[in-house]
Amino acid sequence: MSVDLSQFHQVFFEESFEGLDVMESQLLEMDPADVDDETVNTIFRAAHSIKGGAGTFGFMPISEFTHVVETLLDEIRSGQRVMQPEYVDLFLQSVDCLRGMLSDMQQGNEPEKERPAQLRAEFETILHGAAPVAEAAPTEEEKGSGWLIRLTPYPDLLRTGNEPFRMFRELIDIVGEEHCEIEADTSKLPEFTSLNPEECHLAWQIRVTREIPLADIKVVFEWVEDECDLVYEPLGDVATASPEETAPAVSDTSDAEGIQVPEKVAAAIAETPKKSAEPAAPAKAPKKANAESSSIRVSIDKVDSLINMVGELVITQSMLGQLGQDFDLSRLAKLQEGLSQLEQNTRELQESVMKIRMMPISFAFSRFPRLVRDLGNQLGKKVNLVTLGEQTELDKTVMEKISDPLVHLVRNSMDHGLETTEKRLAAGKSADGTITLNAYHQGGNIVIEVADDGAGLNEEKILKKAMEKGLVPESANLTPEEIHQLVFLPGFSTADAVSDISGRGVGMDVVRRNIQALNGSIEVRSSRGTGSTFIIRLPLTLAILDGQLVQVCEATYIFPLVSIVESIQISRRSLNHVTGSQYVMQLRDEYIPIVRLDEIFGLRDNVQDIDELMLVVVEGDNEKIGIVVDDLLGQQQVVIKSLEQNYTKVSGISGATILGDGTVALIIDISSIGRNITPVKKHQGKSDQAA
Amino acid sequence: MVSILAVDDSASMRQMVSFTLKGAGYQVREAVDGVEALEIAKNEKFDLVLTDVNMPNMNGIELVQNLRQQENYKFVPMLMLTTESAGDMKMQGKAAGATGWIVKPFNPDQLLSTIKRVLG
Repeated sequence: MSVDLSQFHQVFFEESFEGLDVMESQLLEMDPADVDDETVNTIFRAAHSIKGGAGTFGFMPISEFTHVVETLLDEIRSGQRVMQPEYVDLFLQSVDCLRGMLSDMQQGNEPEKERPAQLRAEFETILHGAAPVAEAAPTEEEKGSGWLIRLTPYPDLLRTGNEPFRMFRELIDIVGEEHCEIEADTSKLPEFTSLNPEECHLAWQIRVTREIPLADIKVVFEWVEDECDLVYEPLGDVATASPEETAPAVSDTSDAEGIQVPEKVAAAIAETPKKSAEPAAPAKAPKKANAESSSIRVSIDKVDSLINMVGELVITQSMLGQLGQDFDLSRLAKLQEGLSQLEQNTRELQESVMKIRMMPISFAFSRFPRLVRDLGNQLGKKVNLVTLGEQTELDKTVMEKISDPLVHLVRNSMDHGLETTEKRLAAGKSADGTITLNAYHQGGNIVIEVADDGAGLNEEKILKKAMEKGLVPESANLTPEEIHQLVFLPGFSTADAVSDISGRGVGMDVVRRNIQALNGSIEVRSSRGTGSTFIIRLPLTLAILDGQLVQVCEATYIFPLVSIVESIQISRRSLNHVTGSQYVMQLRDEYIPIVRLDEIFGLRDNVQDIDELMLVVVEGDNEKIGIVVDDLLGQQQVVIKSLEQNYTKVSGISGATILGDGTVALIIDISSIGRNITPVKKHQGKSDQAA
Repeated sequence: MVSILAVDDSASMRQMVSFTLKGAGYQVREAVDGVEALEIAKNEKFDLVLTDVNMPNMNGIELVQNLRQQENYKFVPMLMLTTESAGDMKMQGKAAGATGWIVKPFNPDQLLSTIKRVLG
């Protein structure tokens, strides 16, 4: 029978990756000085399963590599060895290596050989204290012209479910009926009255009268070797050999005494032997290039609620359909009711569909324990990682894109933020630094914080550096908060020396740009001596935006609702003129700059001075600005369409959407408007920026 | 019909074993660990138990030990799926009452030819 093993490959890969995750997380949690048996067992089991599966499904490189990993684990598990920190490192490297090999093989490629070989050598050094010696298994090459087997079971043989007759049947299958003579020895059989049928008191003498390797015969009895006296003797000559003239015994159990020459009682067993089919060559799995499609796991709850909602949508649709068949104005109220229900259904359906893309942020956080540990070792800093809000959900696409910036921030915090142990102790802090990753929802945003309890940003150093590089004018008088934000400027790096960890040329400006590309923002809060916190704000999803529609001249623009602080009507008199056409307004206890959209986009030939202004106060990049619009329209959720993909990037605009009446409305990019305040000093008239 | 209880915590191995055995005309029940297997075995009678050794909750050796103590399973063949490296595991398995073992890795044909040795 041939079974196509490749049908199990996908399951094998999935379970192996899961196994590796288990190994990794257990290894990371483990304190080498105080190893708990269950932890080692769990790690061992995972490795063991991978090895077993890999062997079975024909992934030999994986099975061979896992073998050494498993051997060391086994020695630790059985107490022959004590877990060492360097073992943990080695195991972790092996986990990485296996992961690489598995994904190579999953894609149908040859796995790399060098790294596994290196790691294997390290394992062998630990295991044998030296490089591996290829140990050839001694193969039993002995071939007699036949064999005499004396089998004397211990009384308890049957208790393990073994049955001599089945073994004889197997033997006959192997050597052939005509070459096998079996005699039973009943001399040990007790009196019938004292016979315990659960015990075996028979012994056998089997003559195999054919040339056959001993190993082939031994297979039959391998399971009972320890439950009987078993002696193999070569037969001198197939034709003439008799038990009396046998050559020295090849004894497996050293205990060859007590074997009596049996009297012939029974002949071969009655059963007709079947010729066992020659085992077919192992089914070679056809090489399939199984392209891995990106997929997400969705909880049944979410799917159920979707189905539920679609059901309601169908009901509404049929109701509206019926209404339309013979419609007259008297039923207008009904129609409106139906339409509002349709709107609600659509919104709920949309929310549910969006939820499907939502995944807990633990997917992004899960790589950090490892990263922090490895980096800590590399930097010689002891660092604890605390993760909070791991269940906070985030759009899958956003999650994928935020992963790299997060890694960069964590690396940065560990390298520059946290002090060395000596410095920490000198500052009266705990020896171990702490990095905290925290995620939570705030309004329509998700906030991710990367905090360290290190030295905090050094304002003087930052300012000095920024001035050296000409990023800020020498005369600038900046508040500490403003200085902190300087680290996000392009071409800024405070690292005294470019280290291996951070400072690879990828600066905080890149991090900020990546986050801004996601419609997000990043800021830093820092306090000297107690640490810094990087705060990332991201929209929950990239596809939909809660928008405030505003009118400026003839055009409709959309402000992201999340960035709106308030909308107020003000009189012209409350504006203060600063320079050129730049106005500020006192809003309670702060002054905010005023921007006119019609001016920026050059919508009007001459900006009229209206007495009553509609002002939308927005917050972007941690700064409030007031944007003058003509009128506030409704609020609605809009589907974001990329302007860049369909047209070209326009400064001040983050995207576009299509409104209910089919017209296109542009979505205002608040932060870029905010950044443009200074350059927009003069009234520009109809400029090339016209939208 | 010959019924077999297949116990393994690895889903891919379990599927492979079960698929192979069913394909050969055996009736198969699956269990993910010793605890579940023991529970199933209490309510059903099997002609053969195939069990992995390393499993969470209850390993194969404990499972065999427990089953052997039951009247129904005194002489039922029980085979352990084990690896060559685990030499003393074989001994422990035997001591617990296992009939024999199948050395991993094995292919479906090896599996079938091995279980034939203990059935019927």
